[in-house]
Amino acid sequence: MVTATILNRRDFLKTSAAGATALVIGFHLAPSAAAAPTAEDQEKKPANPFTAWVRITPDNQITLILGKSEMGQGIMTALPMILAEELYLDWKQVKIEQAPTNPAIYEHGTGGSGSIAGSWTPLRQAGAAAREMLITAAAQHWNVNRDTCKPKDGGVLHGARKQFLTYGELVDAAAKLPVPDFNTVPLKNPDDFTIVGYDHNRFEARSKSTGTAKFGIDARPAGLVYAVIARCPVFGGKAAKFDATKAKAVPGVHDVFVIDPVAQGAFSSGGVVVIAGNSWAAMQGRKALDITWDEGPHAAESSQSLREQFVANASKPGKVVRNDGDADSALASATKKVDIVYEIPFAAHACMEPMNCTVRIGPNGAEAWVPTQAPQWAQDIIVGVSKLPRESVVVHTTLMGGGFGRRYQADFVMEAAQVAKAIGDKPVMVLWTREDDMQHDFYRPASYHHMQGAVDAQGNLAAWKHFQTSTSIAAMWEKDGAEKPEQSEFATAAFIPYQAKNYRIEYTLANSGVPRAWWRSVEHSSSGFVVESFVDELAAAAGADPLEFRLRAIGDDRKIPDFTNPKEGKPLDTARQKAVLKLAAEKAGWDKPLPAGVFRGIAGYFSFESYTAGVAEVSVKDGQIHVHRIVYAVDCGRPINPNGIAAQVEGAAIYGVSAFMKDAITIDRGRVVQSNFNDYQMPRINETPKIEVHVLNSTEEPTGIGEPGLPVIAPAVCNAIFKATGKRIRRLPIRPEDLA
Amino acid sequence: MAITFTLNGNSQTVDVSPEMPLLWVLRDTLSMTGTKFGCGMALCGACTVHINGEATRSCITQIGSISGKKVTTIEGLSADGTHPVQQAWMAEDVPQCGYCQSGQIMSAVALLSKKSSPTDADIDDAMSGNICRCGTYQRIRKAIHRAATIQSGKATSAA
Repeated sequence: MVTATILNRRDFLKTSAAGATALVIGFHLAPSAAAAPTAEDQEKKPANPFTAWVRITPDNQITLILGKSEMGQGIMTALPMILAEELYLDWKQVKIEQAPTNPAIYEHGTGGSGSIAGSWTPLRQAGAAAREMLITAAAQHWNVNRDTCKPKDGGVLHGARKQFLTYGELVDAAAKLPVPDFNTVPLKNPDDFTIVGYDHNRFEARSKSTGTAKFGIDARPAGLVYAVIARCPVFGGKAAKFDATKAKAVPGVHDVFVIDPVAQGAFSSGGVVVIAGNSWAAMQGRKALDITWDEGPHAAESSQSLREQFVANASKPGKVVRNDGDADSALASATKKVDIVYEIPFAAHACMEPMNCTVRIGPNGAEAWVPTQAPQWAQDIIVGVSKLPRESVVVHTTLMGGGFGRRYQADFVMEAAQVAKAIGDKPVMVLWTREDDMQHDFYRPASYHHMQGAVDAQGNLAAWKHFQTSTSIAAMWEKDGAEKPEQSEFATAAFIPYQAKNYRIEYTLANSGVPRAWWRSVEHSSSGFVVESFVDELAAAAGADPLEFRLRAIGDDRKIPDFTNPKEGKPLDTARQKAVLKLAAEKAGWDKPLPAGVFRGIAGYFSFESYTAGVAEVSVKDGQIHVHRIVYAVDCGRPINPNGIAAQVEGAAIYGVSAFMKDAITIDRGRVVQSNFNDYQMPRINETPKIEVHVLNSTEEPTGIGEPGLPVIAPAVCNAIFKATGKRIRRLPIRPEDLA
Repeated sequence: MAITFTLNGNSQTVDVSPEMPLLWVLRDTLSMTGTKFGCGMALCGACTVHINGEATRSCITQIGSISGKKVTTIEGLSADGTHPVQQAWMAEDVPQCGYCQSGQIMSAVALLSKKSSPTDADIDDAMSGNICRCGTYQRIRKAIHRAATIQSGKATSAA
């Protein structure tokens, strides 16, 4: 039995001495893109909390520092809540600031729904350390036993003498004390929590409701010029020649020049740059360029040619990734077999704020304003291009209008650094239009799945065989991606909770020039749809209720090792998976009748160490799908901000709807066909179902929720469509003929 | 070419090409970045401002066409977030990334200026031009209903 090791995104996570996790991209930067080994690679020592995490002024103004990127997922609120809890602060008094980019102290990379999980213990330790130092300073000041001092109301109280000193009065002395050992510093008893676990509105709701919140695209340093770039529409192509005469004659245009593509790492496409005094003039200038493109090696690729590859790959065995028992024999002898092909297209991120980056490179220093999920990488890029020492490269992480994984990339940073270097000591914003953003994305991969399964005479799952071919993320990004392309493509599909003695997984890489990377929930967006649609078909073959079949197929309480990462991945706890399925069903009134014409579908899934389940209520009339309600149950361990958790699940559902009920990204002549929201449509308010989110009040370690709401939405709705119409949806996005 | 209009109650003159969209005059010429760029084709609503009280997509509105008109942007709704719609937005914790919310709020204010107690169907009609990629639609709807009760005096923002 040959098995290939699958590594999922957890393999990108690296554990530091403080127990925090970092999102590290496993690639080699080209020499032009990076100077010395990055500070990420260094072991981080826990920093003095008064340097890194909490700033207290003598007048007791307390500012908590956020070391991650806020892209709407709510960690600008949730992470400081953890610090505030250990410091016994009044939340209303707290201010919050973005940390400066400093990879020696912070694990800046924000993604993989990993911020809460990775920061929970280190932030508690940092907050507790600061608190203990403040208490010690107070005790020393009063010359009393520190056991008689308690933190309270932003200060330290000595009960017996009723003496009180604010943190502001203590901080100077406290900050000079030795930092307690993070591994032994006493953490607050969760039974005493007054902040963590309670609903909070987001800290920056006011600035986001008044137009004062500053996104990357809002950077306006003095002397700013604007750049737009004409990029070859065909992936991997470049400008062969161009005529800038008309472009330079456009009022406001300053200059036109070429920047080179940068391959492995930034994957920036290069192109013809137009510099102007305002965004509009730059766009007008670009329209006036006359460019002949060398389209490069991928000009013949199309969605059709890719599908032909998929079909050809599926006609032969793939590389065996997992093989328990003998699925082929079990299938051959089975009476009730299900044999289905699922097809899933590329998807675009479509962040509301198009990509942009503002950089100034001067002789002695550089400064950048970057809406980024990867500030360390952005800094590395600018260090590499400018050849300046890291200490003189200041990167401001701004708020961002959506991340969803797109802003984990460095292509838009590389371009801005190259342009800044070319124009001399002036800040320049490289601004992407919507068309640029849609056609030069790193897409959710296209995939093709051949599922075969069987139920036995007792109606139990007997065999599960999953062949996948796809435009693998790992094949593009990993050093050994050509050898192990499957490592990014299965996730929980490689360790389903449903017991099948005969369980076989195979994979074949499909070649593509289309860039792809991490899109909200990554491989779970396709795996969730495939697994939860297929188990529903098996339930139907067994004549069983979809919920009852799932619970029975999951079986006993047990912990299933993460097949993709047995050493570090959290196992799938079947008790928790069953609990969310049951809770979603209960809250949806699974056994109660629905209004005429409305039908239910269910799906449950384990992703990013969290458990989600959803029940969709759907009607289909005259070929129109109406999703009335989605009832979610989520278990992401101990909830930090339940209000924030609900918001993330509501949002993930809508984000997921766009990918299976609206448009696909399609390829023709090596380029993306779609360009704006007219042909890559987004769900609107009038199509939004009612979404209810029930958050389990768990005491398990907190895990992520930015992404886990997404994998269940497509299968839950499509399973309901089956009940409504008798038609199974096996190809996304849903087309009218699929319902006919 | 000098073009004069009223911006958030004050007279404003800019010297730009008359074809330049109002969106870029606001964002680049005047550095008023509260109004956002999302698509450039009036498909997403992020650029919504009021022109003579009407919700308008500034990305396709040429500056030459608004000479003498009254423009209100998100910055002009209130000095400090006290507009009832802004109060409702904060009370319902509507924003996630926040990028679309200036446009959402401007569209909502325009709706409420015409219909003081909008139905869900009214909200669908008025707001379906505004995309939210973070999916805050459910909270937007709730906030508009709440703003309606604040404006009618039936509730305070703290309710």
